Amino acid sequence: MGVLIDNFALYRDGFLVSLRICLYAMVGSLLLGTLIASFRVSPVPPLRAFGAAWVTVFRNCPLTIVLFFFAFGIPEVGINASFFTFGVTGLVFYTSAFVCEAVRSGINAVPTGQAEAYRSIGLTFGQGMRFIVLPQALRTVVPPLGSVIIAMFKNSAIVGAVGVGGDLFSVGESLSSAQGNPVLPVLLGVALGYLAITLPSAAGLAVVERRVAIAR
Amino acid sequence: MSSVLYDEPGPRARRVTLYASVVAAVLVAVLLFLVYRRLDQNGQFSSARWSPLLNPGDADFSAVWRLLGGGIRSTLTAAVLSIVASLVVGTVLASLRLLAGRVSRLPVIGLIELLRGLPVLIMIYLVSRVLPEYGLDLANPLWYLVIGLTLYNSVVIAEIIRAGVASLPRGQGEAALAIGMSPSQSLRLVQLPQAFRVMLPSLISQLVVVLKDTSLGFIILYGETVRTANLIIQETKNPIQMYLVIGALFVLTNYALSRFAQYVERRLSRSSSAEVIDEPVTAMAGD
Repeated sequence: MGVLIDNFALYRDGFLVSLRICLYAMVGSLLLGTLIASFRVSPVPPLRAFGAAWVTVFRNCPLTIVLFFFAFGIPEVGINASFFTFGVTGLVFYTSAFVCEAVRSGINAVPTGQAEAYRSIGLTFGQGMRFIVLPQALRTVVPPLGSVIIAMFKNSAIVGAVGVGGDLFSVGESLSSAQGNPVLPVLLGVALGYLAITLPSAAGLAVVERRVAIAR
Repeated sequence: MSSVLYDEPGPRARRVTLYASVVAAVLVAVLLFLVYRRLDQNGQFSSARWSPLLNPGDADFSAVWRLLGGGIRSTLTAAVLSIVASLVVGTVLASLRLLAGRVSRLPVIGLIELLRGLPVLIMIYLVSRVLPEYGLDLANPLWYLVIGLTLYNSVVIAEIIRAGVASLPRGQGEAALAIGMSPSQSLRLVQLPQAFRVMLPSLISQLVVVLKDTSLGFIILYGETVRTANLIIQETKNPIQMYLVIGALFVLTNYALSRFAQYVERRLSRSSSAEVIDEPVTAMAGD
């Protein structure tokens, strides 16, 4: 286990890079995913079609291909950026499809009768959204959205492997390939880094899920 | 069309929707045109880049597709082996968790949570590095990929099956016990067969996840589709075209599988007495 202590600084930096990837990608994919979801539930056919196409493509394509497309394809058309930017953008596009579907199913889970009821007691659209639809939709959205974000943190390992480097997975990869380092302790250190985020998040999510559950 | 967001549109709303549609269609068209122009200006529509992939008359066409075909076969092999192994291990894990007592099920729950919290990529890499270290050199990276994918997906499938058993009417298990079956007989002969039926849509959706995750084989140099494509583009120099083509293959296959899962779900919800889990939860998370 000495290798873990000797290389603690490397692990810490890798952990921080993974967190940074995840933080940017989280903000980006929540915004983009919500935008695409608003396209998909809007009454405007071209926007609905665009949203549906977006979700179909990014939900069914392996993240690996999306990332390689950004890393090796996009520079071909004269757009150059760091691997980090490409990696985060790829992760944002991929995750936005899952965010979109979580948000959309949350909105669709509110029964139509709720909207008919607020209209019949004379609330305006804005009031209805604020007091009736969104509070219910948000409660339904939070648990699946949490799972999406946890999955995204795990996917940040793929972003690192495809070329960003310096993240938690890449640290483990380079340490375990270096001569003389025992493989198992090195990689268990990496695993601990991911579990430190995913296990508490999953446990917290389970608590939130129980607290916000609505009996329908 | 009415929804929770808006009512059946009247004449004014229909007019507004029409205007908005025109504006939106123009915006989408402009966006597509900008992408097209960018690609065109950089020579991305040149036949030199597309014809090795799409024109059977091209000199490289047969070589490229022979390699890609091998990659696709490797992807399918890994996916089928992984899903079958995951199904077996997942069923065992779910049975252990359901049959064990309050205390003895704790290690199983711990294992499931642990494996669920790790990225699949770590699992695959860990297996490929650690097993040879301890004298289990499998030579073919396929097996490391299959073991890695199975470790991850079997716990997901175990959770799916557990949810399936939980969704059955309680009377099913009680009736089995009442006619003298042991708990494990009841699980094996009465509850699991029904749970599989209820969970079939989720299990098919999990196949989509497995199929996507086989592309992580590139990390251990397994010659699946994506790694093969990466090798080919070093010669053909057409990354955009290559990734679009193999991406389209993945999207079409997985889209067909998801539609099939939805079809099965509709069939089941028409005929089954048990409550069908409506969203294939795990496939929604994007693992």
